[in-house]
Amino acid sequence: MKIVILGAGQVGSSVAENLVSEANDITVVDTDMDRLAALQDRLDLRTVVGNASSPSVLRQAGAEDAELLIAVTQSDQTNLCACRIAASLFNVPTRIARLRAQDYAEFPQLLDENNFAVDFSICPEQIVTDYIAKLIEFPEALQVLEFADGLVSLVAVRASQGSPMVGKPLGDLRKHLPKVDARIAAIYRKDQPIIPEGRTFIETGDEVFCLAATENIRTVMAELHERDKPVKRIMIAGGGNIGFRLAMAIETKYRVKVIEFNKRRAEFLASHLQEALVLQGDATDEGLLERENIEDMDLFLALTNDDENNIMSCLLAKRMGARHVLALINRHAYADLVQADRIDIAISPAQISIGSLLAHVRRGDVAEVHSLRRGAAEALELVAHGDRKTSKVVGRRIDELDLPRGATIGALLRRKIPLPPGGNGSTPLQREDIKVVVAHHDTIIEPEDHVIIFVVNRKLVPKVERLFQVGFGFF
Amino acid sequence: MNRLAPVLHVFSLIMLLFSLTMLVPLALSWGLRDGAEEAYDEAFLLALGSGALLWLLTSRVKRELQAWDGFLLVALVWLVLPAMGAVPLYVFLPQVSWTDAYFEAVSGLTATGATVLSGLDTLPASINFWRHQLHWMGGLGVIVLAVAILPLLGIGGRQLFKAETPGPMKDSKLTPRIAETAKGLWFVYASLTFACLLAYHFAGMSWLDAIMHAFSTLALGGFSSVDASLGHFDSLAIELIAIFFALLAGMNFATHFLAWRQKSLRAYLFDGELPYYLLVLGASSLLIAWYIWLKGVYPDFFEALRHSAFHTVSVATSLGMVTQDYAQWPYFVPFWMLFLGSFAVCSGSTGGGIKMMRAIILYKQVFREFVRSIHPNAVYPVKLGRETLSTQILFAVLAFAFLYMVSIVSLTLILSATELDIITAFSAVVACLNNTGPGLGAVGPASNFGVLTDLQTWFCSFTMLLGRLEIFTLLVVMNFTFWKN
Repeated sequence: MKIVILGAGQVGSSVAENLVSEANDITVVDTDMDRLAALQDRLDLRTVVGNASSPSVLRQAGAEDAELLIAVTQSDQTNLCACRIAASLFNVPTRIARLRAQDYAEFPQLLDENNFAVDFSICPEQIVTDYIAKLIEFPEALQVLEFADGLVSLVAVRASQGSPMVGKPLGDLRKHLPKVDARIAAIYRKDQPIIPEGRTFIETGDEVFCLAATENIRTVMAELHERDKPVKRIMIAGGGNIGFRLAMAIETKYRVKVIEFNKRRAEFLASHLQEALVLQGDATDEGLLERENIEDMDLFLALTNDDENNIMSCLLAKRMGARHVLALINRHAYADLVQADRIDIAISPAQISIGSLLAHVRRGDVAEVHSLRRGAAEALELVAHGDRKTSKVVGRRIDELDLPRGATIGALLRRKIPLPPGGNGSTPLQREDIKVVVAHHDTIIEPEDHVIIFVVNRKLVPKVERLFQVGFGFF
Repeated sequence: MNRLAPVLHVFSLIMLLFSLTMLVPLALSWGLRDGAEEAYDEAFLLALGSGALLWLLTSRVKRELQAWDGFLLVALVWLVLPAMGAVPLYVFLPQVSWTDAYFEAVSGLTATGATVLSGLDTLPASINFWRHQLHWMGGLGVIVLAVAILPLLGIGGRQLFKAETPGPMKDSKLTPRIAETAKGLWFVYASLTFACLLAYHFAGMSWLDAIMHAFSTLALGGFSSVDASLGHFDSLAIELIAIFFALLAGMNFATHFLAWRQKSLRAYLFDGELPYYLLVLGASSLLIAWYIWLKGVYPDFFEALRHSAFHTVSVATSLGMVTQDYAQWPYFVPFWMLFLGSFAVCSGSTGGGIKMMRAIILYKQVFREFVRSIHPNAVYPVKLGRETLSTQILFAVLAFAFLYMVSIVSLTLILSATELDIITAFSAVVACLNNTGPGLGAVGPASNFGVLTDLQTWFCSFTMLLGRLEIFTLLVVMNFTFWKN
């Protein structure tokens, strides 16, 4: 596929990085020559220097025969303008824009074909914020992902000593929880994936991914991790875009303190937050942390733009007695270095936010994509089209499928009322009209089911996608 | 002279406008043949003549009004118009001295409602009407009325508005053009008055009494056409109507205006002061009712509640109508009500005192100091609703609160130096500064300000003006540097 990416910032580069490996022709446009040079050194793609909202630059970037435009520059205006130009002058079929300002969401008609012509808009900061907010709700979890409008959740939990399932084979989960239908999709032991089978034993320290209806998630987690005290006090270090949005979202439910170094930004935060207490200072200043009772904090979130600062302040907070610490870390190397060791949860913002973008790029019919373990693994929601003749999955039992080793089917989302003939199965599911079928070896896949698949290694994703394509050699 | 000329020019126009308003009681007097026509003839001619003369003398001036012109004009208007308004009273009532007539007119225009007259029931209807009309014109502001009507006050009008409108934040523009804002406010004010007058009439008042009491209620004045004030009617319905409309008049008229503009009650939800205002009044009414019932003033709790609610609202909103001699209630109660009167009403209302908005800001300022001593790094702005207040406003509010306290203390001391007992002196100052009306002691609800000596009366007149113009405007004009600059 020919793809034009506008903006080579954090989001732009990680999108490029993810797509380049999937056999796409990629051109990246940015005004910063150095940034582009660095990207070109690392990845096999073309770069164009210039203003992304100018028609000549877009033509130079090959917009004329591009199939997809991803406008992820820092500026909403540039992104909107580029989408409109791409639609009017170059007929680019699919246009995705990053929109930060929240008020665009209030007027969806602005984004339709007659106006800015944006097919999908994403707001990475909002996605990361929602993600962290979910983690706060489930403090025991390392990761919480939702499918089908929040009906099904996939959680990662670190198995802790003394919890009911530790030291037991997976097959016992049914005996422990006779009324709850849940499935363990993957286990990582010392960072190595283990394919879960009925006889696999769970050990202390395992990272276990389980899938269940969202209402049952807490019960399932309790089997693997002793229940923590609910979170009450939260300290956020860094009041940037993510810190601010998060504080806004949670300030009424928890007691929130926000530390921000920049004085003007601190004043801005203080005037826009109603409940949270804003502190001006350095999050790595132990005097400040001590005065603000870091030892009473249930959660310490380091959300600045600076990886080193986030790591240091988290380490400091943990040593001074914060119960859980979470750091935003952009660099892979750092993230792998600190996770599970001293910092409870490391989050890579780019990996989280590009999942929804990837869903639009992938071939086959992908409804949702979530990156797991900082991009190493993936959870996909794929739509099974066709019938027993044209499809390799429809009408078959799960154990009959030719799934690559390392891919596990977790659950099926099935419409309560079957689609009328000719209806499009890819339209997003609404939570009212679906039921969740947790996958077992004898479950049969029906046409238009949405299948949630856990893939332990991203390299396997194309194979899985090919399995779901309709007809042989159709693409 | 060159500097004063534009001020005087605008002033002459306001004077002409004011003279025309005298035609209303004049017409009423003719219609009812109550024998007071000549009083208005003289006053009308005096105001019209001096206004016209001033206008002719200054008609060649073309300069626009500027910020300090606004202060001067407002001060001039509020000092001179009561003198004009006092003329009919002085001419018609031979027993009333010039001091008392001026006091009565100031009390009328500032919507205070303190009176030096007794035997109100026997006064000609048009004289009573004139007193209430003064209330009504002064309630929302004479200048605001002038800005609404006189087209030439376009640009300088905003400065005038600021100098006359009560409340700490005077920059909120409701409409792009200031004249539209003034018209809108007066329209809302007039509509509410009309609704109130209908309600009074259908609750049993005569048309004339209903008009006068509606004027008095909406302006939060307190004059009545009868000596016994609202107690004369002894009707629960009338008291409830008075409570309801006094509560409305104690809200910000900008909020009423927005609600009317948007045809929805949502505007009231976004008014940050309103919940505090209603809460304070509601809780105080209940507390006082419980207290006086406990002390056995009224054996029946509901009767206690009826009188407590009426007087709490009446005194706290600075209306000042009475039905009972609440000065006889245990001391705590009248003092508590006077105290409420010094801050309960919303800014931009027709009431007096330091306004709820400022009280909230002061309280939050105190709370901020607490937070800052516990969290030295905290960035903790003072907010009203969701708005962060600028430091400039905070300092202005602090300065105002300080001036207000100093005014009360110093004026009380001055009055007590004129051999007035301390309770009378203190309550008279508070009642005048807050534009409430009745005080305690010798000037309590059962008596009136007629007992004061001339000197004391002048002080009280000054205090009422000081309170109505929120101290700053008068003090700025009295300041030496203002004239030197």
